[in-house]
Amino acid sequence: MIDTDVTGAGVALSLLLVAVAIALSWWQRLGLQRPLAWASVRAVVQLVVVGTALTIVIDEGSPPALWWTWVVVMVLFAAETVHRRAPEVPSARWLALSAYGAASAVTLGVLFGLGVFPLEGRTLVPLSGMMVGNSMNATVLVARRIVEELRDKRPEVEARLALGQPSREAARPYVRAALRTALTPQIETTRAVGLVFLPGAMTGLILAGVEPVDAVLVQVVVMYLVLGAVATTTVTVAVGLARRLFTSDHRLVRLPRPADA
Amino acid sequence: MGLFALEGVGVATERGQVLHDVTAEIPARGVTVLVGPSGAGKSTMLRLCNRLEVATTGRVLFHGEDVVTIDPLALRRRAGMVFQRPTLFGGTVRDNLALALPGADDATYAAALGRAELPSTFLDCPADEISGGEAQRVCVARTLVTDPEVLLMDEPTAALDERPRLALERLARHFADEGVPVVWVTHQLDQMRRLADHLLVVIAGRIRYAGEVGALDSHADPEVSAFVGGAR
Repeated sequence: MIDTDVTGAGVALSLLLVAVAIALSWWQRLGLQRPLAWASVRAVVQLVVVGTALTIVIDEGSPPALWWTWVVVMVLFAAETVHRRAPEVPSARWLALSAYGAASAVTLGVLFGLGVFPLEGRTLVPLSGMMVGNSMNATVLVARRIVEELRDKRPEVEARLALGQPSREAARPYVRAALRTALTPQIETTRAVGLVFLPGAMTGLILAGVEPVDAVLVQVVVMYLVLGAVATTTVTVAVGLARRLFTSDHRLVRLPRPADA
Repeated sequence: MGLFALEGVGVATERGQVLHDVTAEIPARGVTVLVGPSGAGKSTMLRLCNRLEVATTGRVLFHGEDVVTIDPLALRRRAGMVFQRPTLFGGTVRDNLALALPGADDATYAAALGRAELPSTFLDCPADEISGGEAQRVCVARTLVTDPEVLLMDEPTAALDERPRLALERLARHFADEGVPVVWVTHQLDQMRRLADHLLVVIAGRIRYAGEVGALDSHADPEVSAFVGGAR
């Protein structure tokens, strides 16, 4: 394998790129110098902590309970993040939890149940991370979009309800539009992969000295994992949320507009 | 027995009490007008009738039956509603009528258009290419497709010019004369005087007058007199 070890000096030199970003912020008077510096330092600390913990979790002798605990903590943290990023969405935390539960069952079930990867800490932890991390934006987007659509188009929705449509049917066009909006970027990314950009997993493997063809095979599986996860989380959230936004007697609940920041 | 009866109805929302202990009856014939200043609670009263709103206290009866015991989807087909702004969806006029009654034949849809005084050639018109007045009449036709027992009209001329406004009022009168009672919400006194067979004046969430239009001007309630006089 090619020696790709990055030395401490190398990391220090790469800080030059952060300095460039800070200098540009200063030059354009964006006032982002402090957040840029803080984010860069925080990322290093977080990654060092996670790297150290990962060493223990994915060690060959580590117990499976430890791997699964890591996955559960990741899912809990992601659900909390969705709740924080979409405060106007009722029950966002629980919806996200069920969405990640469903996505875990589907994606990990296929990858490990069908033997695509061997079930080990070394595979379970990073793949779960890809699954959760990559579907978070789409999950937040679909939840916020559905609330916005139903709030802004209340007259249309109520016109449908007044015709005797059940709430699920009345909500369908707006839920569908939100799902399309959330899923389209992922489809575009999948379509452009390799032509417009080299994805992270593949880049990492190639930098680590793996043959490009082997890296491609892993990347393809990861890509499909992300696609499946995004579809599962967004649909679970959309269906669950559409139910919560209507009463059992088919009325749209009040959805106050959040105050301007 | 009235068509609708409200018995001690209160409605509270996060914005406060919208209706206070309202007891009123809406007769099963003619045009009943709910009139009052903006924000008085008229639309809330109307929406209680097809359960787009529910009473916090008291009860609403439809033909003597508590509306909470009636399947809301069936109730909404029996008590059709037309809203302030014409709300048409994508596709043709036929597609819009099919939302209310999927799978019916063109004759059924054309008959509904006819009742709203629109020709059957409208069926193929793209819904987003017709004028405001025609769009509101398509909304009326869409409501009529399910053959409702009553029409609930929530300020249906608010977004219309004078001519289509008068045409829609004429249509409402025609339905009432045909035997389909109309409950019409407005804040316009001239419209109230043109339309009302029976009147409910709603001010600040309470019924301040119920009866004939003719007796309104001599009514002693100072708030009613101020509303009627102020809007003249």
